[in-house]
Amino acid sequence: MAALKIKKGATSHSAYNLRPNFSDVVEKHTLAVLVENEPGALARVIGLFSGRGYNIDSLTVAEVDHTGHLSRITIVTSGTPQVIEQIKAQVGRIVPVHEVHDLTVEGPSVERELAMFKVICKGEHRVEALRLADIFRVNVVDSTLESFVFEITGAPEKIDAFAELMRPLGLADVARTGVAALARGV
Amino acid sequence: MKRQMTGAKMIVQALIDQGVDTVFGYPGGAVLPIYDEVFQQNSIKHVLVRHEQGAVHAAEGYARSTGKPGVVLVTSGPGATNAVTGLTDALLDSIPLVVLTGQVPTFMIGSDAFQEADTVGITRPCTKHNWLVKETDNLGATLHEAFHVATHGRPGPVLIDIPKDVQFATGSYESPKPSTSRYQPQVKGNMEEITELVAAMETAKRPIFYTGGGVINSGPAASQLLRELVDATGFPVTSTLMGLGAYPASGDKWLGMLGMHGLYEANMAMHDCDLMINIGARFDDRITGVIDSFSPKSTKAHIDIDPSSINKVIRIDIPIVGDVGHVLEDLLKVWKSRGRKTNSEGLAKWWSKIEEWRAKDCLKFTQSGKVIKPQHALTRLEALTKDHDRYITTEVGQHQMWAAQYLGFEEPNRWMTSGGLGTMGYGFPASIGVQMAHPESLVINVAGEASWLMNMQEMGTAMQFGLPVKQFILNNERLGMVRQWQELLHGERYSQSWSEALPDFVKLAEAFGAKGIICSDPDDLDDAIMEMINYDGPVIFDCLVEKHENCFPMIPSGKAHNEMLLPGDHETQGVIDAKGSVLV
Ligand SMILES: Cc1ncc(C[n+]2csc(CCOP(=O)(O)OP(=O)(O)O)c2C)c(N)n1
Ligand SMILES: [Mg+2]
Repeated sequence: MAALKIKKGATSHSAYNLRPNFSDVVEKHTLAVLVENEPGALARVIGLFSGRGYNIDSLTVAEVDHTGHLSRITIVTSGTPQVIEQIKAQVGRIVPVHEVHDLTVEGPSVERELAMFKVICKGEHRVEALRLADIFRVNVVDSTLESFVFEITGAPEKIDAFAELMRPLGLADVARTGVAALARGV
Repeated sequence: MKRQMTGAKMIVQALIDQGVDTVFGYPGGAVLPIYDEVFQQNSIKHVLVRHEQGAVHAAEGYARSTGKPGVVLVTSGPGATNAVTGLTDALLDSIPLVVLTGQVPTFMIGSDAFQEADTVGITRPCTKHNWLVKETDNLGATLHEAFHVATHGRPGPVLIDIPKDVQFATGSYESPKPSTSRYQPQVKGNMEEITELVAAMETAKRPIFYTGGGVINSGPAASQLLRELVDATGFPVTSTLMGLGAYPASGDKWLGMLGMHGLYEANMAMHDCDLMINIGARFDDRITGVIDSFSPKSTKAHIDIDPSSINKVIRIDIPIVGDVGHVLEDLLKVWKSRGRKTNSEGLAKWWSKIEEWRAKDCLKFTQSGKVIKPQHALTRLEALTKDHDRYITTEVGQHQMWAAQYLGFEEPNRWMTSGGLGTMGYGFPASIGVQMAHPESLVINVAGEASWLMNMQEMGTAMQFGLPVKQFILNNERLGMVRQWQELLHGERYSQSWSEALPDFVKLAEAFGAKGIICSDPDDLDDAIMEMINYDGPVIFDCLVEKHENCFPMIPSGKAHNEMLLPGDHETQGVIDAKGSVLV
């Protein structure tokens, strides 16, 4: 082997980074997939994940370019580096997929999620819920004498933290959009 | 120029414009308008199969033997679901197919209409891509795109689902233009990586080319370049089941097939090499055996048009994404420009090691007594047919592996077998597709009796279209490969692996109006084979062979390449341990 003097590791000039280091550590990655908004496009992506046994931690999709009919699918997935590379390659070869970006490795990115919480509470709990909502800069989008619907936008961890605080106060229902993400800068 | 026509007419017109000469299909309610157009033209031959699975395999045989996409036309519902096995087979073996299915009219979709099935849903995971066309105006462009997608990048089957109202309606059609498709996979390899591979080739002491179906899919020029590369470098070459014929079996650098039933010298060389150059193969589990001990000492290069094949199962040191033909051309150029260097001292030692392995003569067998050994039958078939303009298809089982071992392929596109899916019932319809494409050639399906029965209805097709396909059945009255595994793994408890109640194959042939030949005596074998070759029409050849012959060499599941079982290893029981036994 030494005689062959072959350098190992990633090559930046390659169209595909096909030299991952194969570690066994499971990593969480956020992928942005630009796909033609044709019927079945989302089913193709989801079917690929279930068919090949990959994880989906969260998935959001919406058309982002109405004239070009392009949808953006943001997928948070987890796996070893080898599996993550494989996921990107597999998604990339779906015919209507235009681009696959791994926001986790391509540089800094921002991730946001929107969630709504219904909290049913009275008296002291009501006051406390409102006080915490204020600290988290959460909007109240509906209220009755016995309930609130809070709207919160933020990183998934922030939403998790708020959910934990609401649980003892009477958390009754949760709706979350899943993560939307964009690379920072230009 | 745009022309107005009905959807049904558009389909036939698009096929003609795409250069299609043969369609394999079966009619039904949802494709009647298309069949009406088929009736009114003479440019395209329609081969009426007897089961839609047969249509898809026939199209695969046509595609693999010509390099052109195979075309299939079937009806909605059961027509489409019957095509699913063939689509999956073509997907796993990267065979370009365009499959057209009828669908209930758009306004009835979703109502559980008669013969409605969610065809695009069912076939999404078993096609490279598929489309449901809801507007006649989009039909022409979709048909052209379908041919483009099927044949570009890694080839594969595509499907277009066409509701009946879309076939009747009128829309505008345009002839194909030089491709405007967005789908343009990378064909040129990265020059730095190619140069890196050349540098590794210059110093390697124990190199090996490991080639696969990608060389054949890349076209005859790729096989030509491979030959040039192998002969110029003097490196040994082995191939997967799918790649046989890319390098000629008579070439002196040829080590034979590798893998689970590959040759001893090929597998040992893979295990001990220091530079493995994978060209258009995919490290299938039939090839690698247990991953942890797969070729532990080698630097691995991988040339593949599909980036997802690289690093999927085996860690690659030099990845090259591109079409085999393009990459080999550049590789040769760079290697020549740097002075055609190889490590001749290392190579000489490597070859003497390989000669030691070759001396084991791992395919040796002795034909003695009054029962025909399957290996003997194939050796005689090879001797008597190798000088013919010959195409071979196979079914799946022991006979398939023996055919790969004992028949020699000098040219690409001469060998059609179900590799990835291992589909029993593939070979007979595939032979029909091959014969349609090559009417004057000798087309032989090497079959097992059990596999052959899975699509035997296609005898009707062979007779109707006057296709002189030869069905060479190695009849061991067993599901031989299953029996072999039961011997190795399940204490010789032969659960359901006997072919009981077999038909009289001679009478069966005669019932269809074909010729039947039965042979059980080794002394009669040559004459019987000659009779088969010389008969101008379909033949069913019932070759009664040794019933409990095992197929060796074999890498037992869960073992490494250097732990092969060889003929004469009679201690076969218990060779597969608990870890290996869960593998298939
Ligand atoms: C459609 C299908 N069903 C089941 C199998 C599993 N299988 C693999 S080989 C084999 C036996 C094949 O018997 P035969 O065609 O007589 O060939 P032999 O092994 O005896 O040469 C079976 C059942 C398969 N490959 N394909
Ligand atoms: Mg058999």
